Amino acid sequence: MTKHTLSVLVQDKPGVLARISALFSRRGFNIDSLAVGPTELPDVSRMTVVVDVDALPLEQVTKQLNKLVEVLKVVEIEPQNSIQRQIVLVKVRCDTATRGQIIEIAQLFRGKVVDVTPEAMSIEATGNSEKIRDFLALLEPYGIKELVQSGIVALGRGARSISDRALRSA
Amino acid sequence: MAHKAQPVSKTSPVEVTGAQSLILSLESVGADTVFGLPGGAILPAYDPLMDSTKVRHILVRHEQGAGHAAQGYAAATGRVGVCMATSGPGATNLVTPIADAYMDSVPIVAITGQVSSRAIGTDAFQEADIRGITMPITKHNYLVTKADEIPRVIAEAFHIASTGRPGPVLVDISKDALQAKTTFSWPPKIHLPGYHPVVKPHAKQIREAARLIQAAQRPILYVGGGIIRAHAAEELAAFVEATGIPVVTTLMARGAFPDSHELHLGMPGMHGSVAAVTGLQKSDLLITLGARFDDRVTGELKSFAPEAKVIHADIDPAEISKNRVADVPIVGDAKAIIADLLVAVTQGDYAVDPAAYTAWRERALGWKATFPVGYSAPTGEALMPQYVIERLGAIAGPEAVYVPGVGQHQMWAAQFINYERPNSFANSGGLGTMGYSVPAAMGAQVAQPDRVVWAIDGDGCFQMTNQELATCVINRIPIKVAIINNSSLGMVRQWQTLFYNERYSNTDLHTSHAGERIPDFVKLADAYGCVGLRCESPEDVDATIRKAMEINDVPVVIDFVVERDAMVWPMVAAGVSNDLIQVARDTAPQWDREESEADEQGLDPDHDGTATGQH
Repeated sequence: MTKHTLSVLVQDKPGVLARISALFSRRGFNIDSLAVGPTELPDVSRMTVVVDVDALPLEQVTKQLNKLVEVLKVVEIEPQNSIQRQIVLVKVRCDTATRGQIIEIAQLFRGKVVDVTPEAMSIEATGNSEKIRDFLALLEPYGIKELVQSGIVALGRGARSISDRALRSA
Repeated sequence: MAHKAQPVSKTSPVEVTGAQSLILSLESVGADTVFGLPGGAILPAYDPLMDSTKVRHILVRHEQGAGHAAQGYAAATGRVGVCMATSGPGATNLVTPIADAYMDSVPIVAITGQVSSRAIGTDAFQEADIRGITMPITKHNYLVTKADEIPRVIAEAFHIASTGRPGPVLVDISKDALQAKTTFSWPPKIHLPGYHPVVKPHAKQIREAARLIQAAQRPILYVGGGIIRAHAAEELAAFVEATGIPVVTTLMARGAFPDSHELHLGMPGMHGSVAAVTGLQKSDLLITLGARFDDRVTGELKSFAPEAKVIHADIDPAEISKNRVADVPIVGDAKAIIADLLVAVTQGDYAVDPAAYTAWRERALGWKATFPVGYSAPTGEALMPQYVIERLGAIAGPEAVYVPGVGQHQMWAAQFINYERPNSFANSGGLGTMGYSVPAAMGAQVAQPDRVVWAIDGDGCFQMTNQELATCVINRIPIKVAIINNSSLGMVRQWQTLFYNERYSNTDLHTSHAGERIPDFVKLADAYGCVGLRCESPEDVDATIRKAMEINDVPVVIDFVVERDAMVWPMVAAGVSNDLIQVARDTAPQWDREESEADEQGLDPDHDGTATGQH
């Protein structure tokens, strides 16, 4: 099973997120992460879904999504041709001895320290899944108190836009 | 196949309430019948409804009846069926027929009242999130809280329900939207940027399909319900005439191709004819039209049609390669696809000579002759359910509409009646809803008042929705109901016979066996104002049916008391040797009913205690 990133353009209407999550749940598709937000177009939202499936079921996922009336376009974002990012906020245990090392790790990953207390500090970092994974792995030994990840958002490289032909009128 | 609205002249805006706007929208979109039951939240809509001269409202006894009636209406005509209910329990009572319509791709629009928009989410009286509840079982649904949206939403709902792959659409309207003042004008501007069903097939795919057809030696047409939804029966008939390719019609496609035609091998699947099942298994090319490789047809997928390439033509791209990978996928409307295919196989590079399939045809017709559909009776006095249904089909004929419930009687209705035209058989295939029969028959009769409509129901199913007989009597909807009364939940009982050592847990209905009649169906019919008849022996069958055929002002209910232990099989008539039966069984795909265990029962399909050497 491999992970595939789908960008789904949807009409910004109440219940759309619920509709799509319900579709994944009832068809038994595994969602790794899901992020949704507005786009450059009014009334159009973009969902970025990372699914954990093989190639043939992925085709089913895409076709089932396309069936939904409020879905405008479904595109698979290829890892080689795209920019994929997620943000992570992580609270790490620290003391006078380890604080310096943790700050160093944050700097290595171009993260920012956003909160400091005597026993813990919080760091914000962005990057693709591999970078975030490696970053967290380095912080693990110090003791991660709390962690929140946003889920991947992705944009294709180059000059074209996913919505270039999506909204050609009926 | 798009819902053709009556041509309504563009209306200039009028000041109305949301409720009036709803009724005007229904009139403008061409709805002529609504099956429904009022309640608090939907009450405002019922006032203008009373004055409508274009929309007839039929008051049912249970909202589930309204939903199934809308389905029956749509199944008999192809037009969009309409049902209406109030919020909360009214709406949730529509869930079963909506799910049923979703599984069978039936075009219906369900309109439900909802509590006032200010009260939504507060657990108000009779509040239910019906939009959320029906999300997975509707093609699309709407929650309307602003009266101005009503005309657009109704127009969109009917459009979505009737185009592409048909299906149910729910429109939930809050009470304050119905009561608010608004402006009604028609036609509204519909805005569905994400909905564009592909209707026209790709020429390249058609060519590729024709190439495969020409190269095939054992092609077969696997025809599904989509042919009926697409009104493509004529095109199919022409295609068969031109190519001489044998045909199987699924449960949902019965009537899409005439049963009387020589090339019709029968219904495939778990309870299909041996000829149809074997035809699919031995084929080298499945020409799949409007069918979805349902598990009741395929059995275990890896054992199904092992030698065949697949052409899959469907209007829903998600069905193609969902269960079985298609070698040639064709997305489009079946009518258009078959018409284009006909041109491709009769003219040009891939023209087909029917003579090329002669050997295959003869083989297939041989199976038909060797394994005709049949049954045997343990004694001469036994009233066999298959016999009742066979005689019903023969007497009422192909112009009637047949509407079974779900279970053994449904399978026999599919097997033992000859269907010659589309829209003559309406049933709950995908969901398999007991209780479908009586209300759906009612809907079909309303849609086709000049036809005879026979509900063929089981004694279990009948007890779920028979209250609609009251609706039928009051509104002069003279359906005829044949209750195939074996005093059991027959299909479940059959599986208990085969796989649970005849331990009949909770399948005894006490409706005819051992002298019990709880209830007495004849008295029940009488209580509703219907004519109630009883038939308990084979000699009386014809006369009873004919008597029912003569009564056309009130519904007729016939209690046919039949053999309890009759079984549904891929039916084989008397005289077929056991070796041949074993060959047939070995050729079939793996059904989940474990055929081998059925063998252990001995060749005793009627379970009369004797292992009959003869079938």
